[in-house]
Amino acid sequence: MSANDTLEITINGEIRRQSAGSVADLVRALGLDPAKVAVERNREIVPRSTLADVAVAQGDKFEIVHFVGGG
Amino acid sequence: MSDTWTVAGHTFTSRLIVGTGKYKDFAENAAAVEASGAEIVTVAVRRVNISDPSQPVLMDYIDPKKVTYLPNTAGCFTADDAIRTLRLAREAGGWDLVKLEVLGEARTLYPNMRETLEATEVLAKEGFKPMVYCVDDPIAAKQLEEAGAVAIMPLGAPIGSGLGLQNQVTIRLIVEGASVPVLVDAGVGTASDASVAMELGCDGVLMNTAIAEAKDPVRMARAMKLAVEAGREAYLAGRMQKRRYADPSSPLAGLI
Repeated sequence: MSANDTLEITINGEIRRQSAGSVADLVRALGLDPAKVAVERNREIVPRSTLADVAVAQGDKFEIVHFVGGG
Repeated sequence: MSDTWTVAGHTFTSRLIVGTGKYKDFAENAAAVEASGAEIVTVAVRRVNISDPSQPVLMDYIDPKKVTYLPNTAGCFTADDAIRTLRLAREAGGWDLVKLEVLGEARTLYPNMRETLEATEVLAKEGFKPMVYCVDDPIAAKQLEEAGAVAIMPLGAPIGSGLGLQNQVTIRLIVEGASVPVLVDAGVGTASDASVAMELGCDGVLMNTAIAEAKDPVRMARAMKLAVEAGREAYLAGRMQKRRYADPSSPLAGLI
């Protein structure tokens, strides 16, 4: 894969370079289980059922969250 | 007949909802939930740690198939942030039963009721079933119910303070006026506080710090379970009237 295939995106406030692909690919590349997280892309929810269909684009801003302990 | 309560179509036997924050570790947290008998736990929604995704997660210790996860909006200070958080929570877990709290300031963690009402309306329109943390104000409670709250959750005292129910009159007035479940959320410090809430006729009690910060959290979880049950039984039994002076329990007749 050449450098041209990588995209600069923001994940949870951190700027990262990722290779092109779907949001599902991105989640898995981060070592996360898509069944245990929720993804927001540019302030819009990406439904879990469509994670594999949505392509990551240059400049995208992602929030990837999960449940933690809380009151 | 068993004594159950129902919120937004979901029926539960335990009237104790426990938080999952502030515990030493997940194992202690899970043991406390078990001892409390709670069927609902509150959880927060936070960014995953993308630099270390292999860390253990709550779901590995408290199974959402066995215990209902109630996602909260703790830390949100605007309606927009709270709504955004719960949309993510619904996607993460698939639940529409959620706990809404919109805070007004960090020092008291008192709710911002204007933002809370606005968020309740939006969430209800989007199909959420919001259980709403609020001030202990019977009028605000009515307004929340009209806005679509499926449960009213007034504070007994500031979050994490353990001061106990500071205004039993307002809690009772909220209970009397509500047609949805009322749960005291926040302020409980020890078992008797939970009993007081239940004796006032609340449908349940939600707590976190009182258990998590006890010297023995698992034992306190059990104490809270018993206290909630005792308070509920006392409420159903109907307490005696208070008297200003003494009234002997032994007969006066036949005294030697």
